[in-house]
Amino acid sequence: MGFDFLRSATTRRTTSALVASAALAFALAPASAETIRWARVGDALTLDPHSQNEGPTTAVMHHIYETLVDREVDGTLEPRLATEWSIHPDDPTVWVFKLREGVKFHGGEDLTAEDVVFSVERVRHEASDFKGLHANVVGAEAIDDYTVHIKMDGPSPLYPNNLTNFFIMDKGWSEANDVVAPQNYDAGEEKFSTRNTNGTGPYKLISRDPEVRTVMQHFDGHWDEKPQVTEIIYTPIKEEATRVAALLSGEVDLVQDVPVQDIARLQNTAGINVTTGPENRVIFFAYDMGSDKLISANVDDNPFKKPEVREAMALALDRDAIMKVVMRGQSLPTGVAMPPFVNGWTEELDKYELPDVDKAKALLAEAGYPDGFSVDLNCPNDRYLNDEAICQAYVGMLGRIGINANLVSQSRSLHFPLISNRTTDFYLLGWGVPTFDSSYIFNFLVHTDNGTLGGWNGSRYSNPELDEMMQAIATEVDLEKRNEMIGQIWAQLQADRVLLPVHNQLLAYATREGVKLDVHPENTPKMTDVVFE
Amino acid sequence: MIAFILRRIVQSILVMLVVALVSFSLFRYVGDPVATMLGQEATLQDRAELRERLGLNDPIVVQFWDFLSRAVTGDFGLSYRLQQPVMELILSRLPATLELALISGIVAFIVGVGLGVYTALNRRGVGSNSIMAVSLIGVSLPTFLIGVLLIWVFAVELQWLPSFGRGETVDLGSWTTGFLTESGRASLVLPVITLGLYQMTLIMRLVRSEMLEVLRTDYIKFARARGLSNRAINFGHALKNTLVPVITIAGLQMGSIIAFAIITETVFQWPGVGALFINSVQFVDVPVMAAYLLLISFIFVVINLIVDLLYYVVDPRLRVDRAAPGH
Amino acid sequence: MNRFARAWDSDVAYSFRHSPVAMVAAIVALTIILSAVLAPWIAPHEPFNPATLNLMDGFTPPGTPNAFTGNTFILGTDDQGRDILSAILYGARISLFVGFAAVVFAMVMGITLGLIAGWRGGWVDSLLMRIADVQMSFPSILIALLIFGVARGFIPQDMREDLAIWVLIVSIGLSDWVPFARVVRGSAMVEKNKEYVQAARVIGVHPTRIVVSHILPNVLGPVLVIATIHLALAIIAEATLSFLGVGVPPTQPSLGTLIRIGQGFLFSGEWWILLFPSVALLALALSVNLLGDWLRDALNPRLR
Repeated sequence: MGFDFLRSATTRRTTSALVASAALAFALAPASAETIRWARVGDALTLDPHSQNEGPTTAVMHHIYETLVDREVDGTLEPRLATEWSIHPDDPTVWVFKLREGVKFHGGEDLTAEDVVFSVERVRHEASDFKGLHANVVGAEAIDDYTVHIKMDGPSPLYPNNLTNFFIMDKGWSEANDVVAPQNYDAGEEKFSTRNTNGTGPYKLISRDPEVRTVMQHFDGHWDEKPQVTEIIYTPIKEEATRVAALLSGEVDLVQDVPVQDIARLQNTAGINVTTGPENRVIFFAYDMGSDKLISANVDDNPFKKPEVREAMALALDRDAIMKVVMRGQSLPTGVAMPPFVNGWTEELDKYELPDVDKAKALLAEAGYPDGFSVDLNCPNDRYLNDEAICQAYVGMLGRIGINANLVSQSRSLHFPLISNRTTDFYLLGWGVPTFDSSYIFNFLVHTDNGTLGGWNGSRYSNPELDEMMQAIATEVDLEKRNEMIGQIWAQLQADRVLLPVHNQLLAYATREGVKLDVHPENTPKMTDVVFE
Repeated sequence: MIAFILRRIVQSILVMLVVALVSFSLFRYVGDPVATMLGQEATLQDRAELRERLGLNDPIVVQFWDFLSRAVTGDFGLSYRLQQPVMELILSRLPATLELALISGIVAFIVGVGLGVYTALNRRGVGSNSIMAVSLIGVSLPTFLIGVLLIWVFAVELQWLPSFGRGETVDLGSWTTGFLTESGRASLVLPVITLGLYQMTLIMRLVRSEMLEVLRTDYIKFARARGLSNRAINFGHALKNTLVPVITIAGLQMGSIIAFAIITETVFQWPGVGALFINSVQFVDVPVMAAYLLLISFIFVVINLIVDLLYYVVDPRLRVDRAAPGH
Repeated sequence: MNRFARAWDSDVAYSFRHSPVAMVAAIVALTIILSAVLAPWIAPHEPFNPATLNLMDGFTPPGTPNAFTGNTFILGTDDQGRDILSAILYGARISLFVGFAAVVFAMVMGITLGLIAGWRGGWVDSLLMRIADVQMSFPSILIALLIFGVARGFIPQDMREDLAIWVLIVSIGLSDWVPFARVVRGSAMVEKNKEYVQAARVIGVHPTRIVVSHILPNVLGPVLVIATIHLALAIIAEATLSFLGVGVPPTQPSLGTLIRIGQGFLFSGEWWILLFPSVALLALALSVNLLGDWLRDALNPRLR
């Protein structure tokens, strides 16, 4: 499941060349003008490529704009606008990117190193939602028309992994239209770039009515082979039943967010294909193990502080039952809060305990709660696959060991603030890892909250020793040593039972017969990958 | 007359003010736009800055005054979610809702009056009893369930009609219409039935009971005594007298059709203001929600005002009293 | 009170005896109400106690043994392994409780305000009727959403779940008081100018007494009709609010919540999760509606 994540850039290039030539041979089949009608649950929030770091937005942007490097369906990095990249032989803090030649923007402008330098500055702007991924960048410099140096504040061997959603804009167009700075989404700003685009991507924007319909057509001047899909009609459909109905009645060709309960029916429907695959996202429960007293509990201390209670809660969780019934097989139960795609994942960590109600009860009694206790469980109901049902199931399982969890499930817009404001004792969260590295999990979820790191550490976990290691791995060049440190951090986190992982969710894409598309681990499928059969 | 009109207008403005206060204060306290708008990477400092920028730290009175003075000029700011001026957004979605509401209203009115007359004239007939029974089933099922069932039967199983959206629309400048294309008209069918069913039942029952009342009155008895044909009596006299309150109530119901469209639009993914509202509620998109509520109440207040004035013109005795909408 | 009792004895009872529809509706409504009230004693399972649920029982079709556990359920189970029959009984309990409480709330509020408006007249009447007009324009769903939102803002987070059902009752009740008020106001306006009332006032009879003994009995019939019809409306409003996701917590599902859950399984073949609660809701709302309909005709002698 995991892939060798830290291969050098050179080997990666060789493999990618092989993959690319294979793909080329495939794409040479005569491509006719074909439209794909693509439906999913939500719409892109904006068309400004640096304004919102959010799944559906990025998925749309990948068609209009392009990145230097690309994450393939199998998780590996591939060349896109950059043909090669390597660490500067004389300076370990500089990354050298060679750009593809002959790339044109939709407006006819040529892609040059200046555009990349401009985009690096833009993505680091205060209003950019991606600035966190470029925090270690000091500056970019155009060496010649097709070479860019990006200077880091220290050795950053993994930086290219942060570039898979870094879109390149045209400098001239941005200056002419006064969009040198990204749209400040959080301040409710609107800019020319919110609804107008000029990318190098395979499709150009034809029309857009937010939340209703977005139409894109193939860009004739695109550098790559012409894809089979020449027109995209993107329609957000929020209601599950309506979305499935639209596919069944032939009004759309591709449904990206298929409810798990409908997979079987769709699979058995003539004329419909379903593809499933793992998403790079783990679903877990977390609890406040730092405070002295809980907000919603009926006891005067904090039971989650006691290791016995945390162990009992883990023993109450029947992951297999959730997988079989709630997820209908569309999940991979796990013992670690890290998807298999992530560097640091091992089969050993992934193993999970089987439920043991009697032992859990005994542990609770040992911790001083022979009659259990009651506490609120906060849960989103519109974010992850069957999130509310997972919480409900766990409420029942906790009930059997004597913990009376009171389920509070609500929309994600109300749920997430509880975690970021630290006003929940016990909650469900899902975490995607776009950099495919453990540090992304550490920095947000378990590092002590210091204002910059630990923003989502609702567990209130704090371990100064681990904090130091988490910061050290950011600049550790010796990858073997770095991996060892990652392993040590995970060992401690598992021993402390900081997070209670449930599973990694599997995604399902449903298409009408004759349309083929693999599941993308970050759930950002590209229509250029669609094959009509 | 002028004093009456003035009083009504002042009352209407007061009503709008109260609605403005309610919608403002309601959405000031629901959810937290800050957390929704910031991605998973935001720091505590980012959050504090955003609160400040959005003016969420100002005193409530100041926030309300700001809201009000901008609302009067149609400026509700930008949608937090879609980054478009709210007014522009609402105006672009309004045609979809108005077309749906209008067609639903017309269909409900025509079918409702027709069935109402039929059931009143054949009060003890089998047909009329079954219509009454079926209409009761219609009002006893939640709207969303009717919509889903219609999709299931007509879109999925039979594949006769589209299951979502408006189909192809034609842009007529400031108005987009689905009337001019075949897919646009086909897309209207299921939502219109879903939305219109309830209103149709209301009108049908109202017409039926009004007709029954009128048919009992003395002048109808005199008309019969004079030897007028049944047809002339039923349609020339009885229906004519019935229609005045019915049309009034149908007019008043337009506001509620537009608001009930929330559910229909959600089920059918109809790109109107109702769907916009519900999506905004989920995202705590305050400006859109506030503007929507004000718009709905404005439409109602205007309809109400017109109905009042018409009543005044038609029958000066009526002044404040007028028929209560049927239930 | 006397007049009403007499009417009941003669006309209404006669009408009831001669209306098979009303009799069937009454039987159905009473059956549902009784089984809902007795749910804790007659339901085979405890659907509201999560600890008694076995997730592995989930999605058992009606009458057939579960593939993993071998348990059989008459009407099958839902996604959490809840017995649908028990869930319907307990769910109807919540739906009926919300419905009755909301109607009582609306009735008390409507009668009080209607009496005040009709009795006092003048600006009080004008103001109250204006408010009523505005309120009529907003469908109850919108008002309920509004009230729900306001309540959310003021109720501390850890109390929200406990209070959710009361918020729901107030939301629905508050949006339904107008028809009651209108009927009572009309009657009050008529009665207060009658000579006997004028006389009673002159000799110093307390207005409350006049209201209770002369005005209320006149409106009891229409109020009862409105209450019956609004009971059905309130039950449906609760279901719709649950559909929009602002109803009672999912661990204690009402009929509306059960339908919302079941709707997700419309295409996947687990039809029983949607069908049975829908039928229960339909039977309940329909029988109450039919009773209301019959009652209106029965209390309006001219229509007979």
